[in-house]
Amino acid sequence: MGGRDTDVVLLDEKGVRCDGRKINETRKVSITAGVLKNANGSAYIEFGENKILVGVYGPRDVHPKHLSDTDTGILRCRYHMSPFSVGERKNPAPSRREVEISKVIKEALEPAVMLKQFPRTAVDVYMEILQADGGTRCAALTGASVALADAGIPMRDLVAGCAAGKAADTIILDVNNEEDQAGQADLPMGYMPNLQKITLLQLDGVLTPDEYKKCIEIGIDGCKQVYEIQKKALQDKYFSKDGDQ
Amino acid sequence: MSNSKIIDQLKKNQILELLKEEKRIDGRAFEQVRELTIDTGVIPKAEGSARARLGDTEVVAGVKIQPERPFPDTGDQGMLICTAEILPIAHPDVETGPPTPPVVELARVTDRGIRESKMLDMKQLVLEKDKSVIGIFCDNAVTDHDGNLFDACSYATTAAINSCKIPKYEMKDDLPVKIEDEFNEPPISTLPVSVTMAKIDGYIIVDPNLDEWSIMDARITITTNSDGNVVALQKGGKDGFTQDELVKCADISVKVGSKIREIIKQSSSGED
Repeated sequence: MGGRDTDVVLLDEKGVRCDGRKINETRKVSITAGVLKNANGSAYIEFGENKILVGVYGPRDVHPKHLSDTDTGILRCRYHMSPFSVGERKNPAPSRREVEISKVIKEALEPAVMLKQFPRTAVDVYMEILQADGGTRCAALTGASVALADAGIPMRDLVAGCAAGKAADTIILDVNNEEDQAGQADLPMGYMPNLQKITLLQLDGVLTPDEYKKCIEIGIDGCKQVYEIQKKALQDKYFSKDGDQ
Repeated sequence: MSNSKIIDQLKKNQILELLKEEKRIDGRAFEQVRELTIDTGVIPKAEGSARARLGDTEVVAGVKIQPERPFPDTGDQGMLICTAEILPIAHPDVETGPPTPPVVELARVTDRGIRESKMLDMKQLVLEKDKSVIGIFCDNAVTDHDGNLFDACSYATTAAINSCKIPKYEMKDDLPVKIEDEFNEPPISTLPVSVTMAKIDGYIIVDPNLDEWSIMDARITITTNSDGNVVALQKGGKDGFTQDELVKCADISVKVGSKIREIIKQSSSGED
């Protein structure tokens, strides 16, 4: 945590957070499935002020070839922030942070996707952060699950993402940018509600063992709420009157 | 299937059979860490250094300290940067070239453990606010790779920083000038220690060696501080953890971490 001194009041005496939410409330999440023409699957997600576009290609040939696996298809993920997504322009070249986030998101999705039936192929997931406001990795993961499902990739479950954390000595759900910068801990989480497995988990900031347990508990709650919105996005595309066949 | 994958599969079968009998391939108990030895002061030209051997995994960490211009938004704090690199001498599969995603992750997890624990009181590392601060750079070189580089780098880094000496500087005409042969003790507030656990076929084992590392389903690295609080965490690998497993892993990391912290303390007080 940056622990920087700011004038922002993270939590007022009524238990209201800087953006008006209650401590156990997520930001507004909206997801639309199937927004790109060329991609095999896609999703657009708004997670509070985060705006993220995800496209999935594959299963398709692997290039470079040596990466292909004769036993299974492989999953590849790219998390990338647009230069205009943050306050000061971000260098478009992939940073070390983006390399790490791409890796943890890939490992969060791998337990969900079933690629054994597509040996020697790759499924590529491209996540473009058009606007960032804290919690982008959870939002990107959430959108990526929907885009994978939209691409018709066989999946055991959707992975829903939501962070828990600590700010103003209080455990809170879905940490926003201010709370991440000036708060005490951020614990992003990815969860498969049907299989009850946590597939993405990171932490920075200090938590007592009890606070840690509490964070995981409310993080799972948050993921379950996000999961409902993911399912609705897929239902809206595939089961609505004028949806795809 | 490539040759190494066939060997991994054969070893995997053996490891799985043993785990069912509550045994590990190298004879350890599930929550037992390999033998850890830490020597500090191994690189006299560095302001702090440590060599950590965790079983057959070896890491050399060196601390270099020099005045730096602070970042614009943190002019009241010193600078801390930890890196990690796997040297090509460490393993036949290691290639030179730009860092691969696993190496980037290793370096970032190592850095995060130290940074988020607030091991160093960065406010005490300011020479002149907004103009000059003390920069502490801890670089890890993995020299032998037998699995669990996360913990080996964590121990080497904590021991190297804990044993470093910070040169004294005075400001002359807005420039920091080093005072020869005068040093300060580093402002240490806590000793962060990471504990990495692998999940194999539902079993949780501490400090996986390379055989276990190659076939594990998932892993989790939890860093704790001297107060027994959790300060950083990283999940990796192709599987997930249940809520109960995560609670259990945190308990293990506090318990195992406190023993390792004692080894690090002794290494820095010259009692090794």
